[in-house]
Amino acid sequence: MEFQFDLEANKEKIKNFKIFIEKNKGKQGALMAVLHKAQDQFGYLPKEILNVISEELKIPLSEIYGVVTFYSRFSLIPKGENQISVCLGTACYVKGAQKILDKVEEELGITVGGTTPDRKFSISDTRCLGACGLAPVLVVNEDVYGRLKPEDVKEVLDKYR
Amino acid sequence: MHSTHVLVCGGTGCHSSEGDKIRELLAEKVKEKGLDGHIKVILTGCFGLCESGPNIVIYPEGIFYSHVKLEDVNEIVEEHLQKGHVVKRLLFKESYVDGVIKPVNEINFYKKQTRVALRNCGLINPENIDEYIALDGYQALSKAVTEMTQQEVIDLVKTSNLRGRGGAGFPTGKKWETAFKYSADQKYVICNADEGDPGAFMDRSILEGDPHSVLEAMAICGYAIGANQGYVYVRAEYPIAVHRLEVAIEQAKEKGLLGKNIFGTDFNFDIELRLGAGAFVCGEGTALMESIEGKRGMPRVKIHRTSHKGLWGKPTIINNVETFANIPVIFQKGVDWFRSIGTKDSPGTKVFALGGKVKNTGLVEIPMGVTLRDIIFDIGGGIPNDKKFKAVQTGGPSGGCIPEKYLDISVDFESLAELGSIMGSGGMVVMDEDNCMVDIARFFLDFTVEESCGKCTPCREGTKRMLETLERITKGEGTLENIDTLESLSGTITIASLCGLGQTAANPVISTLKYFRDEYEAHVNEKRCPSGTCQSLLEYFITEKCIGCTKCARNCPVSCISGEIKERHVIDTEKCIKCGTCMEVCPAGAVIKK
Repeated sequence: MEFQFDLEANKEKIKNFKIFIEKNKGKQGALMAVLHKAQDQFGYLPKEILNVISEELKIPLSEIYGVVTFYSRFSLIPKGENQISVCLGTACYVKGAQKILDKVEEELGITVGGTTPDRKFSISDTRCLGACGLAPVLVVNEDVYGRLKPEDVKEVLDKYR
Repeated sequence: MHSTHVLVCGGTGCHSSEGDKIRELLAEKVKEKGLDGHIKVILTGCFGLCESGPNIVIYPEGIFYSHVKLEDVNEIVEEHLQKGHVVKRLLFKESYVDGVIKPVNEINFYKKQTRVALRNCGLINPENIDEYIALDGYQALSKAVTEMTQQEVIDLVKTSNLRGRGGAGFPTGKKWETAFKYSADQKYVICNADEGDPGAFMDRSILEGDPHSVLEAMAICGYAIGANQGYVYVRAEYPIAVHRLEVAIEQAKEKGLLGKNIFGTDFNFDIELRLGAGAFVCGEGTALMESIEGKRGMPRVKIHRTSHKGLWGKPTIINNVETFANIPVIFQKGVDWFRSIGTKDSPGTKVFALGGKVKNTGLVEIPMGVTLRDIIFDIGGGIPNDKKFKAVQTGGPSGGCIPEKYLDISVDFESLAELGSIMGSGGMVVMDEDNCMVDIARFFLDFTVEESCGKCTPCREGTKRMLETLERITKGEGTLENIDTLESLSGTITIASLCGLGQTAANPVISTLKYFRDEYEAHVNEKRCPSGTCQSLLEYFITEKCIGCTKCARNCPVSCISGEIKERHVIDTEKCIKCGTCMEVCPAGAVIKK
C-alpha cells in the first residue's frame, strides 16, 4: 500500500520541525529526539522528512534508516486516525490477549503493523503497557479497555467507526 | 488545615478506568458543598491493588473504597464526607467482613507488605515537590553533599549491601566505587527506566508515584562518583511517567535541588530525559547507552566495564529505578535499619508486579526472604475461579517457570537462580491449569526473536530455530528429536551470545523442559495439549446438551456441521478449522473442546 506525503499541506509543520532540529543540533545523540519529534508532528516518518533530517543533522540517510527500522515505535507508514494497540505482555497473554488481537485483525481486515486503506485504523502490538491488573488490555488512542473478551472487540471498534 | 484527605489512585490501572475524572468530580462536589476548607482531594501514585481499581482511600480513618465509578461520587460526598456515614457497598471486599470495617492498613494485601521503595507511592501528590519534601525528601541529598565526603557516601551504600534491583543483584556500592576511583574529565549517571519486561510495571509505578526519590538518588550518585550530568532513559510507552518526570525535574530545578551549586556547595548536577522507542534490548546497559548516543540500541562487546568506559566512552553508572528509589531512605533511616529488613545476603525489599491468574493483581513490596506461596496465596489471594495453580513465571523472558513444589522457597537472588529462574526486574506472572507450558515457552521465544537486535549469530539464528521447533510442537508436528534439538540449542545460545538478552533467552525453554517435560511429551507423542490451549491439537465436539437449534451449522465458516432441526448436531473433524465459532454461538453450551 502506497501512502503519499503532502509536502504542500505540511509546509507549516515542516518549518516548525526545522526550528526544533536547529535547537537540538548541538546536543549529543540528537537523532533519537529528532525522530521522536518527527513522528509526533507528522504521525509517521515519511521519506521526505527523513531527507530533511539527514541534511540538517549531516547524518547519512542509510544510517537514519538503520535507526528507524530498529525501533518498533517508529513507523515508515502513516498511522491510522485511530491507533489500536493490543498489549502482548505476559500477563495479558496468559489471559487471552492473542485471541483479542486475532479478533481485531479479523474485524479490520489488516494485520499487525498495518493501516486500513482509508487511514481510519492502524494496529500495533505493544509489549506490556504496565496495566497488568486490567489484563487483557487494548488501547485505542488514549482510551484503555481492560478485562476484555473477544466478543467485546466489535463493540469497542464500533465506537470509532 | 485539612482534617480529611481523600486520596484517589492515579496509577496506570486506575487512571485507565477514569481515576482522574473521579478525582476531578470529587473535588468539584466537595467545593460545591463548601467542604473544601477542611477536605483535600489528592491524585496520588499507584496504591498497588490494581485489580480493584479505581481505588480511593479516605484518611484519617483509612476507609478503602474500590471499584468506584463516576456515578458513585455523589454518594461518597453526601454520605461519607458530609454526614460521616461510610458507604458500605463501595468498600473493598476484604475491608468489610461480618459488619466490621477494617482500615486500609489492616487488609491482608497491605498487612504483609513492607513498603520501602514504594514508601511514598499512593501517599503523596507526585506533581508537588513540597509533599515530597514534607516527607523528608531531599534531606539525604543535603546530608550527602554538605556533611559527607564522596568516599563516605560510597561506604554507606556499600555497608547497606543494597543490590541492584534491575535483575542480576550486583552490589550497588561496589559499582559506584569503581566509577569514583576511575579518573576522567566527565562522568555520567543513568537511570534505567526502560522497563521492557512483559508483565512488569514496578518501575512505571515508582516513576509515576514518586519521581523525586529517583531524581534525589541520581544526584547523590552523581555527587559520589563525581558526575555532573544524569540521564533518565524512559520508555515512550509510559506517557504519564514521562510527564511526571518532566514536572519533577522542572520543580527540582526551580528549588535549586538540581542544577548549579546545589545546597550552596560547588556540586552541580543536571538531569535530562531520553525517550526509548520500543526495543527490549535497550534495557541492557550497553545497548541503552548506544541508544542515548542516537544509534541502534545494539549491545557492545564488553571489553571495559561501563563504570570505566560507558556513555560516550566516559565512566558511567547505570542503576535501575527501583535501586535508586531505595537510596534516599537508606540515608534517612540508616544502614542498620535497612539491613534489618530482608535476608543477610539480600537485605531490603523487592517490588513485584503480580499478574496473570491471581485474584489481587497489582504491585506488592515484600521483604526479601518471603516465600512465593505467601506472595501468591496470602497477598495475591490465590487463583480465581477455583482453578489449580500450575506455575509462576518470574523475571520475564530471561527468567523461568517455577512449579508448585517450590512454592515454599524464600524469594531472594540466590534461591531463584538455583531453580533456574531469576528475580529479574520483578515481573511475577501466575499461571493456572488452563495455561500450556509449551505455549508459554513459545510465547517468550516469539518475544525474544522479535526483540533480538541481530548483532550476534547465536541469538539471531538460534532463537529463531528454537521458535520454529516450538511452533512445530504446539501444532502437533513435533518429534522427540525436536526436544533434543531444543536442549542442545539452549546450551549453545546461553554460552555463545553476546549480551544478557541472548544469554538468558533459552531460560523459559530450559525451565519448562525441566519441570513440565510431560507436557512436551504429550504434545509430541500423543499429539495432545493437556491444558487445552494449543488450537491445532484440539477437537471440537458437540455433546448431548445440543438442542438442535442449527445456530452452529449456520455460523460455521467451513460448513462442517450437520444435523436435523431439534436433533443433535455433529462436527466433521476432518474439515473443521478449529475457529471456535460454534462454541461461541451455541446457546446451550453444548460445544466443548478436548
